[in-house]
Parts: sequence; C-alpha cells; structure tokens
Amino acid sequence: MNSSVKLSCRGVWKIFGPDAKNFLVKHNHKPNSRDLKAANLVGGVRDVNIDIHSGEIFVIMGLSGSGKSTLVRCLSRLIEPTDGEILFDGQDLLKASDNKMIEIRRHKMGMVFQHFALLPHLTVLGNVAFPLEIQGISKDKREKKAQEIIELVGLSGRENYYPRELSGGQQQRVGIARSLAVEPEIWFLDEPFSALDPLIRREMQDEFIRLQNVLKKTIVFITHDFDEAIRLADRIAIMKDGKVIQIGSPEDLVMNPATDYVAEFTQHIPRAKVLTAGLLKDAYDSTIATAGTVTQDTVIADIADDIEQSDKPFVVTSDEDTPVGLLNRKRVMDVLVGREVSL
Amino acid sequence: MITAMKNRVLDIGPLKSAKLFWILALFVTVFLYLEGKGLFPKWMFKVPRKSQLPVKKYISDFMDWLVQEANFGFFTFKELTRGMSSLLDIPLSFATSLFSTGFLEGQGSQAIQILPPLSWIAVIAAVVAMGHYARDWKLAAFIGGCFLYLAIFGQWDSAMVTLASIVIAVPFGVVGGLLLAIGAYRSPWFEKTISPVLDLMQTIPVFAYLVPILFLFGFGPVAAMIATIIYAMPPMTRIAIMSLKSVPSEIVDFGNMAGCTKRQLMWKVLVPSAAPGLMVGVNQVIMLSLNMVIIASMIGAGGLGYDVLASLRRLDIGGGLEAGVGIVVLAIALDRLSQAFATRSESAHLDGRLNIVKRHPWFLTVLIIVLFTLVLGHYIPAIQGYPASLELGVGTSLAEFVAWINVNFFDVLETYKTFVLIYFMVPVKLVLLKMPWAWTILLLCVGAWQLGGKKLFLLTLLLSLFIVATGMWEKAMITVYLCGVSVVIACLIGIPVGILAVENDRLGRIVQVVIDTLQTLPSFVYLIPVVMLFRVGDFSAMVAVVLYAIAPAIRYTTHGIQQIPSSLIEAGITSGCTRRQLLWKVKLPLALPEILLGLNQTIMLALSMLVITALVGTRDLGQEVYIALTKADTGRGLVAGLSIAFIAIIADRMIAAGSRKAKQRLGLGEELG
Repeated sequence: MNSSVKLSCRGVWKIFGPDAKNFLVKHNHKPNSRDLKAANLVGGVRDVNIDIHSGEIFVIMGLSGSGKSTLVRCLSRLIEPTDGEILFDGQDLLKASDNKMIEIRRHKMGMVFQHFALLPHLTVLGNVAFPLEIQGISKDKREKKAQEIIELVGLSGRENYYPRELSGGQQQRVGIARSLAVEPEIWFLDEPFSALDPLIRREMQDEFIRLQNVLKKTIVFITHDFDEAIRLADRIAIMKDGKVIQIGSPEDLVMNPATDYVAEFTQHIPRAKVLTAGLLKDAYDSTIATAGTVTQDTVIADIADDIEQSDKPFVVTSDEDTPVGLLNRKRVMDVLVGREVSL
Repeated sequence: MITAMKNRVLDIGPLKSAKLFWILALFVTVFLYLEGKGLFPKWMFKVPRKSQLPVKKYISDFMDWLVQEANFGFFTFKELTRGMSSLLDIPLSFATSLFSTGFLEGQGSQAIQILPPLSWIAVIAAVVAMGHYARDWKLAAFIGGCFLYLAIFGQWDSAMVTLASIVIAVPFGVVGGLLLAIGAYRSPWFEKTISPVLDLMQTIPVFAYLVPILFLFGFGPVAAMIATIIYAMPPMTRIAIMSLKSVPSEIVDFGNMAGCTKRQLMWKVLVPSAAPGLMVGVNQVIMLSLNMVIIASMIGAGGLGYDVLASLRRLDIGGGLEAGVGIVVLAIALDRLSQAFATRSESAHLDGRLNIVKRHPWFLTVLIIVLFTLVLGHYIPAIQGYPASLELGVGTSLAEFVAWINVNFFDVLETYKTFVLIYFMVPVKLVLLKMPWAWTILLLCVGAWQLGGKKLFLLTLLLSLFIVATGMWEKAMITVYLCGVSVVIACLIGIPVGILAVENDRLGRIVQVVIDTLQTLPSFVYLIPVVMLFRVGDFSAMVAVVLYAIAPAIRYTTHGIQQIPSSLIEAGITSGCTRRQLLWKVKLPLALPEILLGLNQTIMLALSMLVITALVGTRDLGQEVYIALTKADTGRGLVAGLSIAFIAIIADRMIAAGSRKAKQRLGLGEELG
C-alpha cells in the first residue's frame, strides 16, 4: 500500500449551537462532555485526527448519531468545522476561498449519497454528465464521457431513463457513475448501500470491490454496518458520540478491540473472515514438506477448504513472493471452530 | 364564534380555575344580553365619531400626497406608476390582440385590422394539443370540449378577453413569486420580513386594495391586471418557499460537491428539483388570477367577469348564469390542464438526436392550423369566428328553470330560510351586538392568553383595539356574526361528510369531485344561484359563504383521519373498540390538530367571501369596503379592509395556537414549516 497521506484532519471539531467558536477557545480547545452539556451545545464531531492514505479504502463506522455523516461533510467542507485543519494534499481546505473550493470539488472530489440524490428532471445520461455540464464542458464531450462511465457501472441501454424508472440498486449505480464522471482523486461514499435491500446490498458491495480494483481511488466510506466495514475496508475508524475511539485494520479491531464498545461489534464477526495467513503463520522452516503457497494477506476463510484437505502446512509468502512463514492446519482449524487463538 | 371559541377553550384549558372562569363568563354574558343595554354608557357600544382615531383621513391624505405631490426629483410618483402601467400595457395589449381584437392600426373607430385574432379553431387546436401533451387524449378531448362549449354558447369573445389577461398575469405572478421565494430561501432575514406582509396580503380583502390601485394606475385592464398579480403572488411565494426548502438536503449537498456556483445551485439543482411543488403553485396562481380577473372587472377588466357583474346589476339572472357558467367552464379547463402539467411524467425514451419535426410534432401541427385558418379565415368568416347563427343560448331556459323552482318551491325555501334566521342567525347577531366591546375584548384576550401566552394576548388586544378606535366595532361584530354562523354550519356539514368520506370509498370519490369543483369556481359565481333562490340578505350571504368555505372543512377532516398511522387504528381494533368508540376515542382525537387547521382555512375563506357577498346587501365590513370602492375612498376602504384582515389574523393565530397545543398533548410533534 502506498503510504503517502492524501487527506488528513487535525483536531477537527464541529459543535452545534450558538457561539461555538468562543466556547472552544474558552475551554482551551479541549472541552469535555460536561462542559458541552453545561453550555447547552451539541458536539457533532469532537477532536478527530485521522490520516487517509492514497489508494486505501478508509471506512468510518458508527451507529446513527455517532457523527460519521457530520465528519464526512466536514472533510468535504459541506459543513464548516468549528475548529481544526483539513489537509488535502497538504493544503488546508478550511482556508480555501469559495472559488478555490468550487475548483477542488469540480476536479478532485466525488461523493455518493445514501438516498442517491439524483436530479429528478434529468435522465441517467443527464445526471451522469451533470458535474461536467456545470464545468462548461461541451455537450458532445460530456455525453461521450458519461456514456463511458455508464458502461463501466453496467447501465448501458438505460441512458434515457429517468431516475424514478429505475430500481434502488440501479439508481445508486447512477449515483456512483455520476460521482466518478470527473475522475476524482478522493471519493466519498456516505452510506451508499444502506437504503438498499440486503441481497442488492451484497451485489453492490461486490460491484464496488470490482470497481475499486480497476480504479484504485482514495476512498472514504461511511457505514453503520460493521460487516460491510470488515468486508470493504483497508482500515476502519470507529466513532461514538462524535469521537473516533479506534482506528485500525479489520484484524486489529477484531483481535485488539480498544474498548468494550468496539468489542461488542467485533465479537459476532467470524474470525476466519478477518484473520489473515500472515497473522497466524509460524516461523518459516524450509526443511518441512509443504502443500502449496498462500500470500500473507489472504483471509483464512478463503483458503479454509484447501488447508482442510491437506495434512501438510502451506508456505506464507510476502507481497514480493518471498516465503515468510508456515501456516499450520491446527491453527487454521482453531480459528474455524472458534477456539481462542493466541498470537 | 365567541361561543364556539369558548367551548374549545373549555376543552383545552388544563386548569380548573380556567374552567371556572369560563363558566362565570357565560353567566355574565347571558346577564349582559338580557340587561346590559341600560347599564353601560353609549360609547361602550359605539365609539363616538369625535373620539375615533382618524386613520381613514391619514390614509386618504397620504394617498393624495402620493398621487399629487410625491416626487423623486426627475419624475413624480404618479409618473412612475403610470409609466409602469404603460409598460405592462405592451404585453397585455399584445395578448388581447392575439386572442380577441386582432392587431389594429390607428385609433378608436378608425382602426383598421391588419391581422385578425387567432381563429376559434386555432385556439381549440392549441388547447387540445396541450391537453394531449400534458396527459392523454381523454384530457385533450375534455379541454377541447370546454372551449367548444364557450364557442357554441356565445361566450367566446368575453372568454378570450379574460384568457388574454390570465395569459399575461400568470407569468408575472409566477416569476415574481418565485423570485421572492428565492430571496427568502437565501436570506432568513428577508423571509422574516416578507412573512407578515404575505400574511396581510392574503387576509386583506381584495376590494380594499382595488381603490389605491385605481388611484395609482388608473382605470382599465392594466390596473386590473396589477391587482390580479398582487392577489395571486403571495400563495405562489409561500408554496415556492416550501418547495425549495423541501428539496432533500442530500441533493443540495450533491450540488455543492459537484462544484456548483451559487447561481448554478439555484437554477440547475434547486429549482428543477422543486418543480413538482412549484407547478402546484402555478396552478394556484392560475386559479386565483381567474378569480381575481372577475373581481377586477370592477376597475376595468372586461371579459366574462364584466358580463357577470353587469347582469347582476341588471338582475338579469339568465345572462348572469350564462356568463357564470362560462367562467366555470374556463376555470375547470385551465385547472385540469395546469394540474396535468404539474403531474406530467416524461416516460418516453426519446432519442435526443431526432429531427425537429419528430421532436415537436404538436407544436408544428398547431402552427400549421394557425396559419391555415388565418388564410382561410380571410375568405370564410365561419373559420375566423364561430358563426353567430349556430350559437345556442341557455340564458332564457336557465332563467325559466329558476323561475319554475321559485314558483313551485317558494314556500319550502322560505320556511327553511325563516327557520334558520329566527332560531339561529338573529340570536347570534343580537348576542354579539348587545355586548359592550370591552367585555368581548376581555373574553378574547383571556382566551388568547390561555392558548398562546403573552405574545398572542398582546397581539389580540392591539388588533381588536384598532377596530374599536377606528369606529368599526359594530360592523366588525356583524362580520364576526356572519362569518361565525357560516363557519359553524360549514363545519357541521363538512366534518361529518369528511368522516363519512373516509369510511366509504365511493362516497369519498364523489365528495372529492364535488369539492374539487367547488374550489375551482371563482367566488363570484356562488352569488348567482343563491340570489336567485333566496334573494338578497344575510341568509343568502350565509349560504354563499358556506358553499365557498366548506371545502377545507371536508378536505382537512378526511386528510386528518387518513394520516393517522394504521398501527394506531389496528391497536384500537385489537383492544376491542366498537366502530363508534374507534371514531370518538381514537380517530377524532388524533385527527383534531388537522381538523383545527381545516377550521382555520374555513374561516379564512369565509372572511374573503364575505366581502363579495356585500354585493347581496349585508351590513358588515364587507359592505363598508364595497361602498368605499364605489366612492373611491381609499382611507375608508383600507381601514375596513384592515379590520377584516385583523379579525382573520386573530382567528388564525388563536386556532394555530390551539392546534399546536393539541399536537403537543398528543405528542405528534411540530409540523414542519
């Protein structure tokens, strides 16, 4: 994974209520819950610090009211944060002028919404071409581009349909296509699949993974569904009451939950779907006969069948194909049947 | 109305002492009714002229100053307004030429027609095409039929004059309303400023501002059109503000994320997304304009309205009915057409690359018909104008029908009339007139305090004192009496009908059609049959007001019951409610806030209708406004108009507060907007 930071937020606060700025100054930028309550203010986002790396899928997970939607709107400056810095490619968005912000949004950001937010008076083609239209790109050019993306999301043949004539899943495909039309550098998805039926939701998640394999965007993905977070994320930030309480890979969260709150989410997650071969490996020994190789970030569930059928261990390889350890059947079985695993 | 109000307060007032107060108040009221006249000095009933506030004079003087002396250095105020009217005259005379007179060269009787107006065939073809474009062949046939009716029954010329002013007034009303709404959407400060103005504009009777408009813009179609625009704009503004605000926040977020500038966000995202709501506003503007164009015939708008007015003045029932039916037909056609446009859904997946003929088949067909009839009409007059020899008149047969009813049912009608007058209307009138104003105001203010606290109390006190101080109290009480009696009757009929309409699907559909039609009719039209059957007087006024104002009582009751969550009704059924218990213990209490809103609307409509019933000889504030109009007395008209508006505002605020209270008690939460 490329580790250069694309978007980072430093000490971001969003406090709802009158005179919030002075309130923060008065409490030295670190008010606690009691201070907020006393001043009759609501802390939507409280002192959030996160770094989002280029090309990663960063999931912000939280239940309703945890401030995740407020946070993503602070990141895109749809909501003006009360305090802090939002650094996009090292430049503070909060200091950008209105015109500069319009420029950045037109060319570098894309966003997908929970309830699709399609324009009812435009066709699929018109909706997807809309972000290009307001940039003043000629009709032929923008429709050609929109056509390409509509094909990419699998909606060819529906270009002249209106949003109301499409199913929820198809509408969100339009929403996705529209947000990709300007080839954004950072892609915000605000609970994109929450309004869909469970089966369609799964299908769309697969579609999303397929798209990301092609596009390799930097993604901020909001969800309230921990299973979805585990499935899609490179890293997850868990939010509660406006605060980020833990950031880590799905593995980290499952194996080392920072608080009981996080543990409550993780305890029902099948370990096999989260733990990787790299984590369970024993020391490499070239003298032992092996049955095959697996890469270190393969999830156990994906290789369970192979391992079960062989009594020999598998070689675990790094990203550069060098062997780094052995994966023994015993440990895999422990994970699969749900015994405590020591790491 | 006072008694009705008291009953409601009894229900709502949570405190025992409040109940006690109202029981005592009832006794005092009865006592005052029986003995009061001798106990109080005369000024408690009528403020003597010399101690009245001379508001009328102030307003008239101000008007004089405005018209005679005000100037901006380069030009006077009068020149400004007259300039505006000559500017507005350009599109209006174009439309009038197009639909009615043809394009003329020269003045007066020497004028030579260079181009005839649109032929009747062309106009019908155009509306049929619009009907089909907006929905389907059924609607097209219906609209075509309506216009054909106008031609066959000899209303064509007047109808086209009316249509011409609507065609011009509506775009002004819509665009003006939309721009105000955009201003209010962008700036909360601006919204706060215009909100009370809109309130006042919607409650002040139209007659009241006909006079100042007459002064500023002169007599004639343009002044009438300005009055129409002023009248039709406030509802459009309100509906547009609401539609803009109800665009989902995600769509606004999307617009921002796509990098829209402020202007792009408004015109490419917000306004199109709000379009369905805005179209409802457009429909409203059309209907209100039609209503107003008729009233405005008093200051020089010709057309169907003028025909009705002239017939009413001549007591020519047949002629009035004919023109009245013409208005109804035109109103229904325009209403259905604009509603169809509002709900039109584009589902044809047209390829944008089709040629112009295939993309605009209707436009081209109509254009061809227009040109074709233009040329042919030059040679064959029957194509240009509907031949007079083929016109049918229903006026005489209608008049005969009415005469027949009067001959055969006079006794029955008269009995009903007398019964209601003696046992209901007259007693209410006497109670209100026999109370000294201080006592009535005291009761009102206590009620206001209980419902809405200090702010409502102060508002009620100030507004009712204005009415007393300007010497309008007695007339105001007659207005309250007529309005109250009509509203009570409208509710007594409307609420049960609304309940039945929910219970019975078929009845529901019939009621729906009837109230839709009632609401389409311009207020003027109600007067004609009422006067024919009951002659002039309070009773006729009451019947006309009830007919006009009953629709919201029914509509809101139905809606209030329908919007109760079905789970609550199921809970009622499973806990063993009988049908009656279900109605009284579950449905009605939950629908109460909505029913109160309906009551509110009913009162507003009743008050606006009262002014028009002044034409059939009431003695209330409406009459005062009407007299002021005929005497062109700005001050008198505005003071009476303001008094009506103030009665409306007091009633509106009190009921709104009551509805809020009921909602809070039910835990239904505040309604948005």
